[in-house]
Amino acid sequence: MIRYIIKRIILMVPAIIATSFIIYFAMNMTGGDPALTLAPENATEQQIEEIREELGLNDPIYVRYGKYMLGMLKGDLGTSYVTKRDVFKTFMERLPNTIELAFTAVLIATLIAVPLGIYTAIHQNTWKDTGGMVFALFGVSMPNFWLGLMLIIIFSLNLKWLPSGGKEGIRSLILPALTVGMGFAALITRTTRSAMLDVIRQDYMTTARAKGASEKTVIFQHGLKNALIPIITVIGMQLSNALTGSVLAETVFSWPGVGRLIVDSISKRDTPMVTGAIIMSCVLMCVVNLVIDLIYAFFDPRIKAQYSRKG
Amino acid sequence: MTDKILEVKDLVVQYVTDDGCVEAVNDLSFSIGKKKTLGLVGETGAGKTTTALSILNLIPSPPGEIKSGSIMLDGSDVLTMDQEELQKMRGNDVAMIFQDPMTALNPVMTIGEQIAESIELHEKISKKESMERAKEMLKLVGIAESRAYDYPHQFSGGMRQRVVIAIALACNPKLLLADEPTTALDVTIQAQVLELIKKLITERDMSMLLITHDLGVVAEVCDDVAVMYAGRIVEIGTAAEIFNETAHPYTEGLFNSLPNLKQRGEKLVPITGMMPDPMDLPEGCSFAPRCPYATEACKKANPGLRHLGGSHYVACQAYERENFKLGGEQ
Ligand SMILES: Nc1ncnc2c1ncn2[C@@H]1O[C@H](COP(=O)(O)OP(=O)(O)O)[C@@H](O)[C@H]1O
Ligand SMILES: [Mg+2]
Repeated sequence: MIRYIIKRIILMVPAIIATSFIIYFAMNMTGGDPALTLAPENATEQQIEEIREELGLNDPIYVRYGKYMLGMLKGDLGTSYVTKRDVFKTFMERLPNTIELAFTAVLIATLIAVPLGIYTAIHQNTWKDTGGMVFALFGVSMPNFWLGLMLIIIFSLNLKWLPSGGKEGIRSLILPALTVGMGFAALITRTTRSAMLDVIRQDYMTTARAKGASEKTVIFQHGLKNALIPIITVIGMQLSNALTGSVLAETVFSWPGVGRLIVDSISKRDTPMVTGAIIMSCVLMCVVNLVIDLIYAFFDPRIKAQYSRKG
Repeated sequence: MTDKILEVKDLVVQYVTDDGCVEAVNDLSFSIGKKKTLGLVGETGAGKTTTALSILNLIPSPPGEIKSGSIMLDGSDVLTMDQEELQKMRGNDVAMIFQDPMTALNPVMTIGEQIAESIELHEKISKKESMERAKEMLKLVGIAESRAYDYPHQFSGGMRQRVVIAIALACNPKLLLADEPTTALDVTIQAQVLELIKKLITERDMSMLLITHDLGVVAEVCDDVAVMYAGRIVEIGTAAEIFNETAHPYTEGLFNSLPNLKQRGEKLVPITGMMPDPMDLPEGCSFAPRCPYATEACKKANPGLRHLGGSHYVACQAYERENFKLGGEQ
């Protein structure tokens, strides 16, 4: 098992190199000449050339990429063109905000969706099932920014209960987390429902009932535990999405997270910032996926056995 | 009436599906004596599993529905019990062994936990003690105690069925429902598992409903036999009566299509045709369309059980005719 984990961590290296390579090239081949963007308006050709030299823009791109990757090993992702601040540091400042929003949103989604999914599965083909699924469909089809705006209109502008944006304590977390969470809840509900429907028909559920277990025990102990793998998968996917920044929600609620950092930097043509932030997000995603794979093993002995064999 | 552990009377069970109503069990009556084993024989779809699940009041609903009848278990009617009484009864008074050991065990629980759960549900007992008891049960069915911490996927089919048996017997039930306990196993393992069940039943003075479509198994284990066809019992009696004085044409057909009991007749004759779809049962005797002895009368009315002597009953109108004998008339 430990060997499996180490192997997975080593395997992450080529994955990160490949994605960073693609991102670095894409970012540096497009977007025009940064020296022109950076130079003062009435700069002479010579001044511009000096800036180019200073930024290392005259080296061939693969040399620049090599230097960039060496820097990355030391936690150096360059300096922002706009703020002149360290990219890595800026990203790390924003990351806790995104993590906070992501985890709260996923938590809200899970608390709503998993019970709802189980409930609709147990009452399959009744009006209770239909009601639950209509809710889920509503959640899926409702655009995130629209829901965000509605929540702002109701809870900030009309009722004046909650702030409409920014980040001041727990109160300002509620609306963005609800907005992101509702979108997630829909998908998690549907996944939970279909996983439970699968499990409910299994013979071992009848075995449990025949032992004299109560319906509650049968559903939660025997059923849910077997349905967990797809549920964890979809929750994990949502979490890793949210961790790379919920761009829309962060924008609507002026939430100072990674998503907004990337959007702002793109509009300012801040190439080092965008490149660094996206690459860091990819690293983060790899880590989250690994953690989720390891959680599988915790819940399913068959997967654990598989990992041990592979390890 | 106290010599019976189970008395099923006029049981009717149906599955109401979108395509129609499956008449799975129709007016079924039988009883099992204390410490006796009744073999319930019939081909796939005859309603055997439905019958067994009814005794636990575990028919999946929807689509299943127990329409009428009574199931007296040691004097109390299973069909009128509330949830709490049912939970007390299941596993404790009546336990079931399922047909397919590959799917009957929970894949994410250790087998020790699964046996212990049975005990914890019915006795005030600590987790540690119940685990000890689970290990004893494992030893009893011939599995090393150390394997209590393993998961089902680490066991072969035969071993899993032993685990299922251990779960069923953990609380010393009075009645065991064994639903084709050996059908899904390798032929070489079948005899072992059957032997094990037989031994444990006798040791513990239990009664058993042994469901099978294998008359060989019946001959080995059962005191009494009920032959089931399309949701009805067509012949019932002691094993000796059924084997030596076979009365129903369907039972005769079963024997004739059985290779290892071939000495009864010279050649192997399979029963022609198929069991009617229980969603669309014919009027009259359900077996009439396949019956070599059938007359017009058979297609009109459903035969009731007729007493032949001893505890032997048959549902066949041919016996209205004088001197009717299987194999003799035509
Ligand atoms: N859950 C169910 N839904 C619909 N029909 C069912 C269900 N379970 C069993 N049946 C039908 O009931 C009849 C009897 O089935 P069953 O009791 O399993 O027979 P056996 O165990 O003798 O093979 C069959 O026709 C079967 O298709
Ligand atoms: Mg069956």
